[in-house]
Amino acid sequence: MDGEELTEQETALYDRQIRVWGADAQRRLSKAHVLVYGIKGTIAEFCKNIVLAGVGSLTLVDDRVANEEALSSNFLIPPDENVYRGKTLAELCCDSLIDFNPMVRVSVVKGDLSDFGIDFFNKFDVVVISCCSLAAKKLANDKCRKLSKRVSFYTVDCRDSCGEIFVDLKDYRYSKKKLEETNECQLQYPCFEDAVSVPWKALPRKTSKLYFAMRVIEKFEEAEGRSPGEVSVADLPGVLKLKEELCSAQSVNESHVPDSLLERLVTNTTEFPPVCAIIGGILGQEVIKAISGKGDPLKNFFFFDAMDGKGVMEDISEPNA
Amino acid sequence: MDLQLSVVKGAKVLMVGAGGIGCELLKTLALSGFQDIHIIDMDTIEVSNLNRQFLFRQSHVGQSKSKVARDAVLKFRPHVSIKSYHANVKDPEFNVEFFKQFNVVLNGLDNLDARRHVNRLCLAANVPLVESGTTGFLGQVTVHVKGRTECYECQPKPAPKTYPVCTITSTPSKFVHCIVWAKDLLFAKLFGDKNQENDLNIRSSDGASSSENVVDVFERREGEDIDDYGRRIFDHVFGYNIELALSNEETWKNRNKPKPIYSKDVLSDELAQQNGNVVQDSATDDGLSVSAMSSLGMKNPQDIWSLSENSRIFFESLRLFFMKRGKEIGNLSFDKDDQLAVEFVTAAANIRAASFGIPLHSLFEAKGIAGNIVHAVATTNAIIAGLIVIEAIKVLKNDIKSYRMTYCLEHPTRKMLLMPVEPFEPNESCYVCSETPLLLEINTHRSKLKDFVERIVKAKLGMNLPIIMQGSNLLFEAGDDLDEDMIANYEANLEKVLAELPSPVTSGTMLTVEDLLQEFTCNINIKHREEFDEEKEPDGMLLSGWTQPVSASEKEKEDKSINNGANSSDVTVEAVEDETGVVAVGVKKRRISETSEVAANAAADETNHKQYQVIDDEDDLVVLDGNSDAGNKRKRMQ
Repeated sequence: MDGEELTEQETALYDRQIRVWGADAQRRLSKAHVLVYGIKGTIAEFCKNIVLAGVGSLTLVDDRVANEEALSSNFLIPPDENVYRGKTLAELCCDSLIDFNPMVRVSVVKGDLSDFGIDFFNKFDVVVISCCSLAAKKLANDKCRKLSKRVSFYTVDCRDSCGEIFVDLKDYRYSKKKLEETNECQLQYPCFEDAVSVPWKALPRKTSKLYFAMRVIEKFEEAEGRSPGEVSVADLPGVLKLKEELCSAQSVNESHVPDSLLERLVTNTTEFPPVCAIIGGILGQEVIKAISGKGDPLKNFFFFDAMDGKGVMEDISEPNA
Repeated sequence: MDLQLSVVKGAKVLMVGAGGIGCELLKTLALSGFQDIHIIDMDTIEVSNLNRQFLFRQSHVGQSKSKVARDAVLKFRPHVSIKSYHANVKDPEFNVEFFKQFNVVLNGLDNLDARRHVNRLCLAANVPLVESGTTGFLGQVTVHVKGRTECYECQPKPAPKTYPVCTITSTPSKFVHCIVWAKDLLFAKLFGDKNQENDLNIRSSDGASSSENVVDVFERREGEDIDDYGRRIFDHVFGYNIELALSNEETWKNRNKPKPIYSKDVLSDELAQQNGNVVQDSATDDGLSVSAMSSLGMKNPQDIWSLSENSRIFFESLRLFFMKRGKEIGNLSFDKDDQLAVEFVTAAANIRAASFGIPLHSLFEAKGIAGNIVHAVATTNAIIAGLIVIEAIKVLKNDIKSYRMTYCLEHPTRKMLLMPVEPFEPNESCYVCSETPLLLEINTHRSKLKDFVERIVKAKLGMNLPIIMQGSNLLFEAGDDLDEDMIANYEANLEKVLAELPSPVTSGTMLTVEDLLQEFTCNINIKHREEFDEEKEPDGMLLSGWTQPVSASEKEKEDKSINNGANSSDVTVEAVEDETGVVAVGVKKRRISETSEVAANAAADETNHKQYQVIDDEDDLVVLDGNSDAGNKRKRMQ
């Protein structure tokens, strides 16, 4: 397509997946640069998937030092204190991911998400952030949007046996093959801030309850000045009170956000490994789609709850946007 | 959550398969807190596994999958007890007693045969089974608990696609027909076992030449120059045989006539001569690295070669087989990992395709079709493994009401990418889990016991070590520990027609067939029938009382058929030869209002995206069987 052919080594290694998405897509993947920020179990899964798929490079950012909790659903870090002592999560994951596929450059950058400037984001085609506050998500999303090129932006979070993915592909054009004809398709994505500002009343009744519950928790953490995930069952009364306020401010019935769901989300904030695998898998697939331009991308939220087993897509954007 | 933790910690789990799904599953089980895991896989690691079987590295190629997977997981979860078996799950050591020690069995298999085997052992041992499969972006997870949900065999599985012999030998219309011809007929004829029955000349022998002469054509004559031999074969199969077929005008009334192709048309003498000179002789070449492409300086397997390029590859690969791999000739069978074999088959299929006006394909595509290669990506396997663990935990908690079958879809349906469906109740007429007797219509005066064993007991009932009894009389028994008298006795029985057996089998007789390893018994009522329709009932017998596997090509079936891979006399379901743990079982059209269109749409979409036909051919791939459960009322649980 663009003149460069896959090497013999690439053809042999990627044989089975080239049969799924084609040689063009594989070439595009090998030129894509991916940034991840905030590494827990779900991101570890995602990194594995994207490195195996054969992206050009993967850059890891997470300056936190390893502790028991960080290791709980992360298969990239050996639980040996002699190995992990003194190293950051990003460094440890990098050590492990480098072995997964010698054709992918995996590296570490230090720093805080809010301190990275627009130029930094310009180096990437895909940015995935996790374990971040509401403000940090909005800020990073804005920086990506200000760039003239498209940077596909994703946030992902898992709590208890639930997971959420948000996608912003800005203005996304892709071709879709249906039978013999190829249709040009176009999708307009809202940024994170605009998406979560859509009045609840404007959303269809059947909208996933997880969407609302995640917004309540996010707001609670922001209002209380907590780090992401820093809630416990002791916070339940406060969370339920905030839910009431939000529901009444948005003039929706409180049944939109079941108390039992909020209780699960505040009680158990650690990730559930099977859900990490599922959300990390869906996220990997979406990033591959966005890079390769093949297949309908997700717009713009995805939810999974192991309790009912449904993996649901929700389009949360201003009706007229 | 506490209950969950304790069941997970206390559970003893058997995983069957350490491939695509297996690697993901072992990792997710270990992370989820499982402490006691046993894992069986007979395969060794190959390069094409490494794009998704993330526990394996280049340096592990050739080693046991189950052992390397175990070691890799112990690196991040050193305290989990993992026992690995580099063995076939069908080995006798994995008997019902072995299965009984587990709380749940998790399958990440790649073939129907092994899936059926494990299903029966789980039923016999009364151990719940979580079954799974993926292909490309599609996948599913199902739960099978004896007496509660349907077993793996309650619903018929799609049979491998077969092609009528004359489509392959005389009237190909799709590229896959040319591949089957090149692989199962021409390749087998030139390089395979000479004693094997082969339909290569079935049509031409109708014509002028006697069959004796025909056989001679393919033999390299004493002292014959290899290039002369190659041209002779080329001219015979692509030229003379096509001329012969053309002489039968009737055949071409409603079809496009093929064009005979002779070597002189596609190669100048100069070119033909050159072929031989390009190759450097190197004594160190090991068999599988010999390649016609590299000796002709062709690099890209994605290129579609011209007719002349295909012809050069044809001659060169034939030459290389004789020059470099002469010792293997007579014993070769097609292997998708044998580069030279793939090159020969690609070239031969393309030349035939050119003759019949069928579009040519690249080596990459031809390899996929010839090798029945399953599409596979890491993400789907990871998702499916996560779903398996979720289902396994429900099974361990005995949380029957929450059991779900889950489909992983490529395109959302009703907003869902992961779609849970309530499992079905056991099928009351399932011969496997409900022990319903089957009915066999057969000509008891003409069919031999051998036919019954091959076509029914092995092919249809999927038994590996059968015992056949009439009342308390043993008619046949398979196994290693038989004494000579018994073997002789059974051998004699196999050659007898049913009605003339020591205890005659006639209309009204009930036969009991048992597989000792599977601890699975099934009764078959015999009904004598004189005549069978050769087209519709090619086996010359008809098994009923349970829904037959739906064959996609039922309509096409003629006197005899060939399936892509297994030779024509072998009717058993063909295992997908891929090394992966990834084969999707059909996203079936369920008779449930909510989901019926869903899966259909998903699968229909898939069909549209398919690059080639063969995807229908795998034993248990996504196949639409929209009508198949019409006569088959299925109840959802609860």
